[in-house]
Amino acid sequence: MASSKLNKKVFDLKEASTTVKDLRITFDSGKTRSYEWKVSQLKALLELTEKHEKEIVEALYSDLSKSEAESFIQEVGMLKNSCKTALKELKHWMAPEKVKTSITTFPSSAEIVSEPFGVVLVISAWNYPFLLSLDPVIGAIAAGNAVVLKPSEIAPATSSLLAKLLGEYMDNSSIRVVEGAVDETSALLQQKWDKIFYTGNGRVARIVMAAAAKHLTPVVLELGGKSPVVVDSNINLQVAARRIIAGKWGCNNGQACISPDYIITTKDYAPKLVDALKTELEQFYGKNPLESKDLSRIVNSNHFDRLIRLLDDDKVSGKIVHGGEKDKSKLRISPTVLLDVPRDSLIMSEEIFGPLLPIITVDKLDESFDVINSAPKPLAAYIFTNNNKLKEQFVKTVSAGGLVIDDTTIHLAVHTLPFGGVGESGVGAYHGKFSFDAFSHKKAVLYRSFFGDASIRYPPYTSTKTRLMKALMGGGFLAIIRALFGRS
Amino acid sequence: MNNNIGVEVEETVRDLRQYFKTGKTRSVTWRKNQLKALLNLIHENEDAISKALYQDLGKHPVEAYRDESNIPLVFFPAKGELLPEPLGVVLIFSSWNFPIMMALDPIIGAISAGNVVVIKPSEQAPACSSFLANILPHYLDPNAIKVIEGGGDVCEQVLLQKWDKIFFTGSPRVASIVMSSAARNLTPVTLELGGKCPAIFDYPSDFKMAVKRIVGAKWGVCSGQACIAIDYLLVEEKYSSELIELLKKFMRKFYGDNMMESKALSRIINKHHFERLCNLLKDPLVAASIVHGGSVDETNLFIEPTILLDPPLDAEIMTEEIFGPLLPVITVNKIQESIEFINSRPKPLAIYAFTKDATFKKKIVSETSSGSVTFNDTLVQFLCDTLPFGGVGQSGFGRYHGKYSFDTFSHEKAVLHRHLCLEIEPRYPPWSKFKLEFLRLAYRLNYFGLVLHMVLHMLGLKRHN
Repeated sequence: MASSKLNKKVFDLKEASTTVKDLRITFDSGKTRSYEWKVSQLKALLELTEKHEKEIVEALYSDLSKSEAESFIQEVGMLKNSCKTALKELKHWMAPEKVKTSITTFPSSAEIVSEPFGVVLVISAWNYPFLLSLDPVIGAIAAGNAVVLKPSEIAPATSSLLAKLLGEYMDNSSIRVVEGAVDETSALLQQKWDKIFYTGNGRVARIVMAAAAKHLTPVVLELGGKSPVVVDSNINLQVAARRIIAGKWGCNNGQACISPDYIITTKDYAPKLVDALKTELEQFYGKNPLESKDLSRIVNSNHFDRLIRLLDDDKVSGKIVHGGEKDKSKLRISPTVLLDVPRDSLIMSEEIFGPLLPIITVDKLDESFDVINSAPKPLAAYIFTNNNKLKEQFVKTVSAGGLVIDDTTIHLAVHTLPFGGVGESGVGAYHGKFSFDAFSHKKAVLYRSFFGDASIRYPPYTSTKTRLMKALMGGGFLAIIRALFGRS
Repeated sequence: MNNNIGVEVEETVRDLRQYFKTGKTRSVTWRKNQLKALLNLIHENEDAISKALYQDLGKHPVEAYRDESNIPLVFFPAKGELLPEPLGVVLIFSSWNFPIMMALDPIIGAISAGNVVVIKPSEQAPACSSFLANILPHYLDPNAIKVIEGGGDVCEQVLLQKWDKIFFTGSPRVASIVMSSAARNLTPVTLELGGKCPAIFDYPSDFKMAVKRIVGAKWGVCSGQACIAIDYLLVEEKYSSELIELLKKFMRKFYGDNMMESKALSRIINKHHFERLCNLLKDPLVAASIVHGGSVDETNLFIEPTILLDPPLDAEIMTEEIFGPLLPVITVNKIQESIEFINSRPKPLAIYAFTKDATFKKKIVSETSSGSVTFNDTLVQFLCDTLPFGGVGQSGFGRYHGKYSFDTFSHEKAVLHRHLCLEIEPRYPPWSKFKLEFLRLAYRLNYFGLVLHMVLHMLGLKRHN
């Protein structure tokens, strides 16, 4: 109710400031820190997802032409699981962690207490607009923060639905949705937040971090990059091809941060790989993939034009070995595979984020690691191989947010793995307990008693005290005894 | 001039990056050798370290040893599905108040994690900066660990480079500049700042013990120039005079009757900070609240341990981090009001509380926010390696010490192994109602439903399109 009214007003600096102020008052009241409140909000999130699944799927279809299956599996289903995990584990996550203490602070006991940061900002992306909005919000709530969610305006139906549903189901005094574009986001970024969680691209991430720097606000930046797939010979090619296709076109038509961006394989094996991809692509999407209901469309004309531009280069378009059809009116590009595009072409320097899959060939597969490591660190990297030595080398030398051996993208669903980037692909991580941790300050608490004071701590400093101090600090038990008896 | 520095810095970073690429710093042997070398460095150069600290800060050798030579070693190997890997080329800014410790402690973390390092010591502690620049290359691998000395202009050039991590110890003002710079390259940062660390004094407590610890934690640590030094005290009005008398008694015991002559007290780091501290006392209302001390010696940059009783709360001495030997004692009606008092101010790096009241302890932990809370003692949380050391809000973010040092300079890479056999058909399009239902059931971990679903489908008893 309140959120939709806000949309009619202009959301400017004053509105942003008022919003933060209101949420801070709620947070200071201590309301969001209770287990009961957190459970009520998480349950509300689960309820709204379950009761409104149809509307969510429709909104995703409107924004992205996402198939019902993808919407269910990759957005709704995942979000529900995330909620359930948080509900199940919350008590355990909230419990203080007891830690051991050493002789230097004897006698004492210590623990690490998790506490919320305060008022946090979650800025979401357009490609998984439902999941990427609410999954971080789950972490924020579980940790006990008040939250402002800014969904992406490039997915307006979902943004609007989120504003409506969260307004109806959630505690408005502590959880708000602010819709809008650049102006509204700028107004939000000028406020002082206790944490900012951003999902999106590197360009805007820099703006977010610079804004955060003014208030010394810690950030999590979930970005992307060119996630490579290394494909070895001597593998079950049919399964590998399917998994590559599922991770590429099966994930919002390649518009996903961890979608395979490009493939590296040997010159010898490439033709086989191309054939396998062609066969499986036809199995999945039929002979007329432009018409397939199982493929999301390109989100808008800006991105459509951007992708067409990647193919514009003669040296690139000539390398298309499959697909390449397009329909601007429907914002559709068919699954396109390219072989041996020039390494310095635009399609090999920018994150593709679409249904184009270049294959780069090398003489020996070991060379692929240098290719990957000479580029900015991606969010994910994949390898298909039966060669254990190659697996080991891959895991050891390729730096990325996360690695998957013999599959693609699926690590996203494993809640015990932190999901986040490194270098250009981002800062921080979340999912499962990592979400709770991302939104918590881990406070160290040390309990000492008045018993057992050591006069060696205090001046006037004598040589005996010095000896004893040295022993205590680094010498171990025997050294302490020796020092006590006047030897060092 | 800037151009030359810029070129030099650029070259240094380039060399370091090349060296990192060779993979040398990732070997367990290399890391262990570096850490051993550091230990040797400290043991073999205790005197030189003491001298440098005395030159820069007038630190007593025992204080120097206690606070700067106790450096814990850390090393943690990889295990399981989370593989820690070095971030690459890291930059460490150390502060001037513990110029050796604040340089070496993070360096240890960076090395253990397998990174190459540039350390930029504070130019405000020039003897220590010099010492580090001269001694580190003799003990540590000079291709992997480099010292860059200099002031503001050098910092500017340094910040223009692309780093894989920046670890900063210092003030919020400079931290903001560092983070803004880091934003250009999306460089992750750890900011170890400070704040006004309060000490809550509840009665009954073991007065004597508490006061000894308070005195030691204020003036015994770099004359109050420490991020976790007690900034101000909170006590109930009716106990304030008793507290102040005890404070004076122990100050005299530790520092003698003529404190201006005491060798156990550090001096103020430089003229700039000396003047800053003197200015805090210039406000007539503040000056009127002095109940002990207040003398200053401009030649020797020495300020007498000073106690103030209830200076005005809007005076700079109560709004800015003091970072010096001035101790305001703030009185409240009931000690529980301390919580509100602390909460209405920026979050400090540490909160201290002297109390035996278990309920009050619980309230302090759950109702205030700070980097850490220590009960019935001061400063020792710094020594507890199993506790993360870092701030929140204005006191910073990120943490180190013990394993946290290793973690702060590592990227935890998630690795998932799958197999090429074991395929589940319903994973792939084209989507059908059968597949969708299968996945719904799978999601709910409804195994029985799953089996039934498949059986019925196979028997043709359930129709799907």
